[in-house]
Amino acid sequence: MNSNDKPPMWKWLLKGYGPFLIFFLIALGVYHVPVAAVGEYNLKIYTMACIAIVMAVSLNVVNGYTGQFSLGHASFMAVGGYTSGFVTYYGSFKLWGDTQIHGGLLGSGDWLFFGSMIAGGLVAAAFGWLVGLPSLRLRGDYLAIVTLGFGEIVRVILQRSSRVIYDAEKVAETPVISFVNAEKKTELGGLVTHIGGTIGFDGLPKYTNLFWVTFVALAVIFVCYRLKASIHGRAFIAIRENEIAAEAMGVNTTKYKVRAFVIAAFFAGIGGALFAHEQATLLNPRELGFQRSLDYVIMVVLGGMGSISGSILAAIGLTILPELLRSVEQFRMIVYALLLIIVMIWRPQGLFGIYEIWELPWLRRLVGRIFGRRPKQ
Amino acid sequence: MFGSKRLLTICSTVLLAAAVLTGCERKEAGAGAATGAAADSGTGPIKVGVAASLSGSEATWGRSTQVGAEMAAEEVNSHGGINGRKIELVVYDDKGQSQEMGLVVTRMIKSDKVVAILGEVASGLTMAGARIAQPEGIPMVSHAATNPDVTAIGDKIFRVCFTDDFQGFVTAKFASENLKAKKAAILYDQAQAYSVGLKDTFKDSFTKMGGTIASEQAYTGGDQDFSAQLNNIKSSGAEVLFIPGYYTEVGNIALQADRLGMKIPMLGGDGWDSPQLAKIAGKAIEGHYYANHVSPEAPDPALQKFVAAYKAREGQTPDAIGVLAYDAAHVLFAAMGKAKSLSGDDIAKELAATKDFPGASGMITLDEKRNATKPAVILQMKDGKPTYFATITPN
Repeated sequence: MNSNDKPPMWKWLLKGYGPFLIFFLIALGVYHVPVAAVGEYNLKIYTMACIAIVMAVSLNVVNGYTGQFSLGHASFMAVGGYTSGFVTYYGSFKLWGDTQIHGGLLGSGDWLFFGSMIAGGLVAAAFGWLVGLPSLRLRGDYLAIVTLGFGEIVRVILQRSSRVIYDAEKVAETPVISFVNAEKKTELGGLVTHIGGTIGFDGLPKYTNLFWVTFVALAVIFVCYRLKASIHGRAFIAIRENEIAAEAMGVNTTKYKVRAFVIAAFFAGIGGALFAHEQATLLNPRELGFQRSLDYVIMVVLGGMGSISGSILAAIGLTILPELLRSVEQFRMIVYALLLIIVMIWRPQGLFGIYEIWELPWLRRLVGRIFGRRPKQ
Repeated sequence: MFGSKRLLTICSTVLLAAAVLTGCERKEAGAGAATGAAADSGTGPIKVGVAASLSGSEATWGRSTQVGAEMAAEEVNSHGGINGRKIELVVYDDKGQSQEMGLVVTRMIKSDKVVAILGEVASGLTMAGARIAQPEGIPMVSHAATNPDVTAIGDKIFRVCFTDDFQGFVTAKFASENLKAKKAAILYDQAQAYSVGLKDTFKDSFTKMGGTIASEQAYTGGDQDFSAQLNNIKSSGAEVLFIPGYYTEVGNIALQADRLGMKIPMLGGDGWDSPQLAKIAGKAIEGHYYANHVSPEAPDPALQKFVAAYKAREGQTPDAIGVLAYDAAHVLFAAMGKAKSLSGDDIAKELAATKDFPGASGMITLDEKRNATKPAVILQMKDGKPTYFATITPN
């Protein structure tokens, strides 16, 4: 760079993209963790916790930063998951003639998976834009109902699709998209309609591994954290605090609200892609409905609206808690619900409120007392 | 600037939290998981996993699954167990969700070291579990998953109920032999794979038995008005109307058919099996028939013995799911008793050889596709209740 007040190029490149390199190395390390020592069941919980982190942190952008109430986050997950599942499943057939996993870590199969993840994210983002538009006129409960309705539409459409084609020859002869005439009606046909119906999208190659979940979770946390501190994030927060005041200060509230939806939907789509490839039969329209959306809203509310560290802790805790409670068998879901109620009574603003964990005054005082430093104001 | 210090803090927060929270978990399951591949220890009780939806919207099915499997295990244990070893059931709640099913099956295989798994009711959940159990070589016996694709997943996956394909055959046989119908009409839900599949097999079987399809009409789940289709069917001269749908629409169809003065018998599959059917249709559904896995009223001594024992234990009559779970458990335990060792391969070999097993729901034979060929029952609606009418055998 020739300008004096700008840092050299390598410096801002390192600052911008260096963290991703670190995440990559961390993810590589986690990938090589000894499976037998930790236990496959624990690693599965870890994977689920990472996906929950991606979903909760991205939902925080809409519900926490911007203060809009979305109840359709799982439907963005469904859109992203189905898109990416479609790409890897039928893409594998087109490329290799079967759905086996090809190549090891970062092999050809992994790159197909990475591409499908981005595709899933982009399609979900497009839907996020569509759903974000009504937020121009709606707020609060009314917006929640619109997002809820969107989720139901996605679910019903997915349920009405046809069963998955398992036969390689049949896949080869079916066009990706076509129109068939059935009794004078023109309806959609081709591979895009064969995504499992009510049974769920079965037979997806299991590409999601410790490397991908760790890397994506860290990257989403990092991007959302930087977003919060950026000009966009400040605009989101301004909208949350007082929409009229934000408008008066020159924030284009409509544009920013739609933007929040698009960003959140993109990450939810990527989370959906990870979810889809975690287990061969996991994508099921019934399970990507309202209940799952609510699970993520609970994580955001419990952690504190707008607090990333809160969302992370809540996502990890609420994934592990039901598993820890398996010992109390049939009382499991009652104990789980009771704990939620107790936490919400104890801290109605969520665990950390709108703060991050290191911004909490009492924690700062505690740290200060232990390490003998004076707390900053 | 938001510098690297905070970034470091956020990362360490995550890692610390993950370490602390998974650390607690590790203590519990780590001892078993450390040895790696699943293998039976050779002494002590034999562990068998049961995946059931004990909470969630299908909790009644989950409960009957658990009770049915427990009753079978108690019977076997009171007769000395399997080769002198007791059976210990490991029952986990899957909440009726695929994600939970995956966790539960992984936990059963990796931490609890089960030798086989019983479950699930829903086809989608069974497939989710089967996709994990199959590569691990752990046999899995489903008691009520009827989707044809389920057992196609691999050679370790079995079921003791009939498939949707078989239901189409059974209803066609009933229509042509018991109802003596030559011309049938079909009214099916074009949006449901279940309904379309049943329609196709019914049509196939019925025409093979010498009948003709007089009229084929479609609707879409959620439709309210069926008068156009019903008028077509009425004028087609059909002697029986086959409706392979779910109970809500079937109830409405029956009401509207009654209003149009249609007198021909109506026939359906296990999608009709709900107390809601009689509530929606009232008198209009009286006298019509549907196929089901089992009827607690069927005059079979083995079944009546089980029904009495179930009633004494739970205070109510078992549903079809409970009977099937009991049968699935007994089929599995019998195979385990005969198997050379308790490895997945040996158990699966014996399961595949199951022939004429006297279950509470009828004689069970597993075919080369690991599906059960067994009789189905036809129920007739009488006074708002499904009543046993006939048993239809596969041949």
